[in-house]
Amino acid sequence: MRENREFICVTCPVGCTIEAVIEGQELIELKGNACRRGIAFVREEISNPRRMLTTTVQVDGGALPLLPVHSNEPLPKHLLLAAAAALRRVRVTAPVTVGQVIVHDLLGTGVDMQASRPVPAKQATD
Amino acid sequence: MKQLQCDVLVIGAGPAGLAAAYEARRTGAANVVIVERNDEAGGILPQCIHNGFGVRALGADLTGPEYAYRWIDRARKEGVGILSRTMVLGLEAQRAVVANPREGLVDIMPRAVVLCMGCRERPRGALAIPGERPAGVYTAGTAQRLVNMEGYMPGSRYVILGSGDIGMIMARRLTLEGAEVAEMAEILPYVSGLRRNLVQCIRDFDIPLSLCTTVTNVYGRDRVEAVELSTVDERWRPVPGSQRRVPCDTLLLSVGLIPENELSRVAGVAIDPVTGGPFVDERFATSVPGIFAAGNVVHVYDLVDDVTESALAAGRSAARHAMGLDGGPRSEIELAAGDNVRHVVPHRLDPGSLEQGEVLLHLRVRRPIEAATRIEVWADDHRLLSRRLRYVRPAEMVTIALQEQHRAMLEGARRLTIHAQEA
Repeated sequence: MRENREFICVTCPVGCTIEAVIEGQELIELKGNACRRGIAFVREEISNPRRMLTTTVQVDGGALPLLPVHSNEPLPKHLLLAAAAALRRVRVTAPVTVGQVIVHDLLGTGVDMQASRPVPAKQATD
Repeated sequence: MKQLQCDVLVIGAGPAGLAAAYEARRTGAANVVIVERNDEAGGILPQCIHNGFGVRALGADLTGPEYAYRWIDRARKEGVGILSRTMVLGLEAQRAVVANPREGLVDIMPRAVVLCMGCRERPRGALAIPGERPAGVYTAGTAQRLVNMEGYMPGSRYVILGSGDIGMIMARRLTLEGAEVAEMAEILPYVSGLRRNLVQCIRDFDIPLSLCTTVTNVYGRDRVEAVELSTVDERWRPVPGSQRRVPCDTLLLSVGLIPENELSRVAGVAIDPVTGGPFVDERFATSVPGIFAAGNVVHVYDLVDDVTESALAAGRSAARHAMGLDGGPRSEIELAAGDNVRHVVPHRLDPGSLEQGEVLLHLRVRRPIEAATRIEVWADDHRLLSRRLRYVRPAEMVTIALQEQHRAMLEGARRLTIHAQEA
């Protein structure tokens, strides 16, 4: 059965409103996308929607108490809350360098979580 | 008092200040210094841990901290000096008195200054919300700092007033951290942040969003216990009988950003009451010779990429001024906001500048038009150019480029007026 669905593409800040005709998990036609990435977005959105995850983990011995981390690629959307909950229990020890892998293969997805900034060790005098 | 000479002094080491200083060095200014009152450079970016930064400016989808570090790195490699924990106390065109815990007072004598102080959140006091004064009312950005940098959760059940980007991003962030966002209320009939955030922050997490709705009361003696939400009519007056009580322990406010211009006023810089920022020309020069301004201190941008772009231009101009390369006398045209345009930046421009490249006009519309819209630029009573857009929304800044081909029509014109009307 064909249905009309409206999507707002989240690939970039433009946020195109895309009107699509879909049948099950198949994309029949679409309009409103300003670029090709909109097509890929709608295809994924009807089969396996994915989102980037950004959150924080706790740091021991760091100049800051928290380290911001991001997924190196989008995660299946339905796993976001479980992934964030798992990351709340993660602790790392300073120093941390930007880009360092903090969690490898998060929840068996093959996605890694990486440090978004450096956190130096806490200075004894600070 | 210790004295310091420099070519370009940049005030604020956020994304605007970093880009302005970097570009001032690249343009040839020998001695470029940024003063920053915080412990570290980066401005607000280190607490913006979400991604979406830099798609245009750096060709990569980065988190806020990553975007900041890229520019800190670039500025350092160009030889920019960054004085952190340093507060500007007084400012004139060629003099700034600053203070820091290492040297006390320092008298800085720059040849040019770039104002990059950014913006602040509109506070509760500006909203006149009736009710008690319990703990548990925060601006969204303050909550963002507590959650993302300091490791405190301000509450467990939230109502968010305003659908600006920071509010939407915090709705997702708090949900990911295990809190409940009971509702987001927006007084306008449309969402005021970016559409992508409506999808990935609100709809993805099934957060209830009520448009044409505002907070009309706050309950709680020591701590917020509930807020009263009411539907409003088209003149923002609460509709009698529409009140409902929503239990919560925390109210977040995401109700707009205001350019931070206390120092600009101290220096005598003329401020546009519409934008809340300095009047600037296409070089980002303010009304005071030798003082330039860039980024959210001029007008609040949607995207950091645009902040960076404007600051690169301002840094270039400041360096040229410091090196005595300003050029001859200017003939300036005034820019004016016409139908359905709230404001345009720059406020004035010299058509001769188009010889060096295009000039970008940034404008914000007053009301959304969800249909094909024509942006027209008129030089006195001649139509200079016309652009067709698929829609316009107040949340999304519109950029129009003036090019060398427009120069001839601009010569001798007194005023450029920009309109945004349904096609």
